[in-house]
Amino acid sequence: MDIKVLGPGCAKCSEAEKIMVAAVKEAGIAANIEKISDFQQIAKLGVFSTPAVVIDGQIKCVGKVPSKVEALIWLKG
Amino acid sequence: MSSSEHTPHPVSLTMGRSLLALLALALWFAVYRQLEPFSRLLSYDLLGLSPESRGGAALQFFLYDTPKVLMLLALIVYGVGIIRSFFTPEKTRAILAGKSEAVGNVLAALLGIVTPFCSCSAVPLFIGFVTAGVPLGVTFSFLISAPMVNEIALVLLYGLLGWKVAALYLGTGLMVAIVAGWVIGRLGMEQHIESWVMEIRTSAEETGPEQLIPWEERFRAGREAVVEIVGKVWIYVIAGIAVGAGIHGYVPEGALAAIMGKGAWWSVPVAVLIGVPMYSNAAGIVPVVHALLEKGAALGTVLAFMMSVIALSLPEMVILRKVLRPTLIAVFVGVVASGIILVGYLFNFII
Repeated sequence: MDIKVLGPGCAKCSEAEKIMVAAVKEAGIAANIEKISDFQQIAKLGVFSTPAVVIDGQIKCVGKVPSKVEALIWLKG
Repeated sequence: MSSSEHTPHPVSLTMGRSLLALLALALWFAVYRQLEPFSRLLSYDLLGLSPESRGGAALQFFLYDTPKVLMLLALIVYGVGIIRSFFTPEKTRAILAGKSEAVGNVLAALLGIVTPFCSCSAVPLFIGFVTAGVPLGVTFSFLISAPMVNEIALVLLYGLLGWKVAALYLGTGLMVAIVAGWVIGRLGMEQHIESWVMEIRTSAEETGPEQLIPWEERFRAGREAVVEIVGKVWIYVIAGIAVGAGIHGYVPEGALAAIMGKGAWWSVPVAVLIGVPMYSNAAGIVPVVHALLEKGAALGTVLAFMMSVIALSLPEMVILRKVLRPTLIAVFVGVVASGIILVGYLFNFII
């Protein structure tokens, strides 16, 4: 699984990353989590409100920090 | 949003919730109305300070304003948090993408108030808007209005200075955002956007199907907004009120009339020049504004100062530099600052 957390590096973005890391650990699956803070790359992924989470190329949430429950559903689904 | 934990509630439970909300609101009002007498009781009767003494007046001002402002803040942030759950940057973009310039500027300024927006996503948002076909000037109207017409500033102005000043701030803030955005659009500055931005193609229709958000979720958004925003700004509010209380108690009446009064024509541009690079939270600046006004500063001058502090800031310019060439940033700052100066003069002239 390829997880991308998108955000320029404000407090909310690092919180989103933390939640994804915790969720992956809890789900016990092998996933590669990448933090993307370059605006050019963020824009190319088609996202324009941050923080955002992209899993295997699919945009899962934009403009908010996901809850751990949500994150777990994405990971299992 | 997959909200499997939410099951539809029976009507009686929803009624119960509404009743609870009403009760909470009534309690809020009851407490709010007791704040002033309570602050007097505390500072004059219990602590034995004289209302005529400087320390007494300053303390009573502080003890009254602090809880009052924090209570107003919590209420309004809660309300705005719920309203914002109806708007997303994606929806706003879809609304703006097909609009002509003049209408677009007005809509963008209005949507700037209610669309949830954090200044750190100014750049992705700019890219998302411009590449989806929202005109540059309309995008700027949004980017100006979002920080400038601030719900925290609005509630503080209302609480400390009354509804007239709050309404003037709301109206002129919107005007500046609309007109400045329109002017920037007229100037045809598209070539001053960094070229890589224009190579990205997005469309406004890309967003997924609209999800129905349960009310539960919206109330939660309101509560979260209160925890987040009040938790962040309370310290500025208290610091601002403390400075205000100091000025209230110790600076003689009319001391500022000479330098910040109506007579000093140069005070408006100077106030804006000082305010532009400064960045402060609206929560910290309004109590100071309140105190300055009391001591003879002119309303236009003080409002212009406040607007320039919250609407334009150095960190924002640095972040926007990633997508805008320096010329466009200079034009942006110049146009907005001029608009604010005009507003300042207008107020000083009218009132």
